[in-house]
Amino acid sequence: MDARVAGLEIASSTGITINTTQLVKRYGEREVLHGLNLAIEPGEFVAVVGRSGCGKSTFLRLLAGLEPPTAGAIGLDGKPSKDIHPDVRIMFQDARLLPWRTVIQNVALGLPGDSHAAALGALREVGLVDRADEWPANLSGGQRQRVALARALVHQPRLLLLDEPLGALDALTRIEMQCLIERLWQRHNFTVLLVTHDVAEAVTLGDRVILIEQGSITLDLEIDLPRRRSRGTAEFAALEGQVLAKVLDGQMCPN
Amino acid sequence: MSRRIRLLNADSMLPWLLPVVLVLSWQAAAQLGWLSTRILPAPLEVLKVGGQLAASGELYHHFLASFKRAVTGLLIGGSIGFLLGFITGMSRLAQNLFDSSIQMVRNVPLLALIPLVILWFGIGEEGKLFLVALAVFFPIYLNTFHGLRSVDKDLIEMGRTYGLSRIGLFREVILPGALPSIMVGLRMSLGYMWLFLVVAETISANEGIGYMTMNAREFLQTDVMVLGIAIYALLGKSSDVLAGLLERRWLRWHKGYRT
Repeated sequence: MDARVAGLEIASSTGITINTTQLVKRYGEREVLHGLNLAIEPGEFVAVVGRSGCGKSTFLRLLAGLEPPTAGAIGLDGKPSKDIHPDVRIMFQDARLLPWRTVIQNVALGLPGDSHAAALGALREVGLVDRADEWPANLSGGQRQRVALARALVHQPRLLLLDEPLGALDALTRIEMQCLIERLWQRHNFTVLLVTHDVAEAVTLGDRVILIEQGSITLDLEIDLPRRRSRGTAEFAALEGQVLAKVLDGQMCPN
Repeated sequence: MSRRIRLLNADSMLPWLLPVVLVLSWQAAAQLGWLSTRILPAPLEVLKVGGQLAASGELYHHFLASFKRAVTGLLIGGSIGFLLGFITGMSRLAQNLFDSSIQMVRNVPLLALIPLVILWFGIGEEGKLFLVALAVFFPIYLNTFHGLRSVDKDLIEMGRTYGLSRIGLFREVILPGALPSIMVGLRMSLGYMWLFLVVAETISANEGIGYMTMNAREFLQTDVMVLGIAIYALLGKSSDVLAGLLERRWLRWHKGYRT
């Protein structure tokens, strides 16, 4: 639209570099993460999979600065990160919209100054500009997650953390959302860390799929398939099978 | 179309049916001589005396005195209740310090304090305000505290990650989240406000609706007594309607309050 907006887009076009060294998280006696070492390139889309309770969500919460690590360090762009980073935005499994604010007010939450135009722009990106003045209660689950995505995007994040944001959606809405997230990531070039329990989703979206088992990384697989990946291909099925086999330890149905 | 309008009217008229029938049969019973006017005067008599008192300005004088007491008591007790509820709701330390003491006092039947209140404040204005303020304090305190504590923790976490300051977090997340509960407290305390106003004005007063009613008893003016009672009922009902309007305005987003 004008130079200012163009300038902002250039500023947002570089993702954050992540480096974690010997990251440990303990709750009382229980150690949830045992020294995770992970390096993520700027603009990379990394999908983290694992069974429930493996520590993948804890890992994401540490990166978001919601909880401090027990030991080890998180580096964002090479600088140690201790608190909530202003360039990092997180999307949760539930949309967490404020029920007492309209859709557009929710998107503009935490933006300084006159934020109406920016919020409308973000809503346009997720295709909900015509619902701007409604209450969140009137939206479907998928629409609420799209509003939450717009709310994250409007801050021009350089790292987007996704904590199973599609977990509660039906299969068709999920696929729509996956396409939307992929398209927005390609347009804005931020770094993405997606935590999911759906291996197919991880293979569809990730440049890399990382498997966390009992608090350690046990697989780090590059997904070298051309994008807008379709689930039907043999290569896709092979990669998905490889991850699944590792998760399930060879046993498809334990009997 | 016309059928629908008729149904709609019937719906909105229905709540009035019972009171109207009651008043009409009361009037009929009085006119037929079944009811002695010394026990219960006819509604028309009550209206007539109401008209007379209104014309002389006496009714307005008493009404204003009662209204002022009620509102002053509500403002004093309500703001102290809100403030303390706010402090204990936002800080564990304050909760540990104050809450159990407040709960202990809350369990004292307030009407049992009346002899003491008379001793402390005499029979002047302060004692009445004290009683009303104390009565409205507890519902507002409790519901403010409870409302602040039951705000969704996930929303607070979300607000923090989206860069809200402490003030922003309170304004955008915590206060609106606690508001439904605070409004319940306000509604309850409006009920207590009239109740304790009646009690306070009945003990002793030289103006106010309660004084008017008690004074009428001395002279066996049952019509004035019934008028006073009817005015209390109207006041109670109108404050309830007012609270309902505020709820519908402030809690528009809430499914339970949508019209």
